[in-house]
Amino acid sequence: MTKTDSLAQLEHLELKLLLEAISQHYGYDFSDYARASMVRRIKKYMESVNVNRISALIPLFLHDGQAFQTFVESMSVVVTEMFRDPDVFKVLREEVIPVLKTYPFIKIWHAGCASGQEVYSIAIMLEEEGLLDRCQIYATDFNDEALRMAKKGIYPSDDVELYEKNYRDSGGRKTLSDNWVSQYNAIKINSRFAERITFASHNLVTDGAFGEMNLVMCRNVLIYFNEQLQDRALNLINESLCPRGFLCIGRRENLTFSEIRKSLEDVNNKLRIYRKKGA
Amino acid sequence: MRGKYSGNGGKAIVIGASAGGINALGFLFSELEEDFPFPLLVTKHVGAKDDGGALRVLARQSSLPVRLARDKDAIMAGTILLAPAGYHMQVEESGVISLNMEPPVAFVRPSIDVLFQSAARVYEHALVAIVLTGANSDGADGIRAVKDFGGTTVVQCPDSSMISTMPQASLGTGCVDYQLPLEEIPAFLDQL
Repeated sequence: MTKTDSLAQLEHLELKLLLEAISQHYGYDFSDYARASMVRRIKKYMESVNVNRISALIPLFLHDGQAFQTFVESMSVVVTEMFRDPDVFKVLREEVIPVLKTYPFIKIWHAGCASGQEVYSIAIMLEEEGLLDRCQIYATDFNDEALRMAKKGIYPSDDVELYEKNYRDSGGRKTLSDNWVSQYNAIKINSRFAERITFASHNLVTDGAFGEMNLVMCRNVLIYFNEQLQDRALNLINESLCPRGFLCIGRRENLTFSEIRKSLEDVNNKLRIYRKKGA
Repeated sequence: MRGKYSGNGGKAIVIGASAGGINALGFLFSELEEDFPFPLLVTKHVGAKDDGGALRVLARQSSLPVRLARDKDAIMAGTILLAPAGYHMQVEESGVISLNMEPPVAFVRPSIDVLFQSAARVYEHALVAIVLTGANSDGADGIRAVKDFGGTTVVQCPDSSMISTMPQASLGTGCVDYQLPLEEIPAFLDQL
């Protein structure tokens, strides 16, 4: 019997089988990740291990836990910048922080903190505004390697120029480099910031809500999910916000189709900064 | 589900352009009719901090609506979606766009290859991919993928390109079906 599935159909089947194997053996559920980007990452990984069919990854991952670990890490280490999208940080500083200042204690959740540059940017800004010591910041990611990087707070010196430009564009008026020490070709963020941040493993796909946050930052994380998983994650984030809590998502992310849209008012819709309506 | 939102016959057009691309795209968009029946997805190289300058220029010249893509925007017939600065733009099987911030590919983000490779898988032979003027080799791997998955490939004639490096690189793959001067591309699209 001959079958005439197209190349796309065959790859689709191979991917489905691979994700099923990963889910059954390792418990990671990637089935609701946005496919296009996942296929790209898988193809890249395949090149690195010299495999030319997606289905050939199944025996590899089932019998080689280390290979799978490397793969998972390659699936989600996203390198970010400090003060990326300066105008977003400007609005956070000028419109969100003044509200947070009126609270005795502030809880902030940075969901999907990746390599950590953004959570340190927030912490630096909070310190400059005199409220870091009243803040508890949670920075989470499902990728342990990313969490390790974030906790260390060590970044290449090459990026410093960009960080400083972003910082100035965001309305920062102090000396950003006072917040780190330079060592060889790297900078290390001063450890007083990491002391205010709880780094923890959390998976938006499978884990539950985080309680009563005054601000949730979740930028460019949801783009890796399909529509259904985005909805789930957004509901989870919404549940984690206290009444009148703030939410900031990525600039090209899209709340239009989410059911949580109606429970949020705009702080700045263009920059994707929202505030939860009262109880 | 495939190509659910892509309009008549499920066809879709992807276009890649780089240096000199604003003029070429402006011409193309001004020539298309208002009832053009397929979606157009466009990756034009722009700097990471571009604030939509390319969009404003193109929107003025186009007879079709042109928008900067947001993540999970529905792909619709007769609408031009432009990749935003700093993100790769891809196509999902459910008929929506997805954006991602994976590292630049060959120094660029958005990358034409990334768009073409994802669209190739989703639309298969219903895809028409066009590479226009540019000064690098982005799009060549994408053209190869479009061909592998059964799509139609078009490259702007190097002679009619402001900068011919990018069309040349795509031609070099041996996977190009049509080589057309810019002026003939609107008529080609009309007869699809």
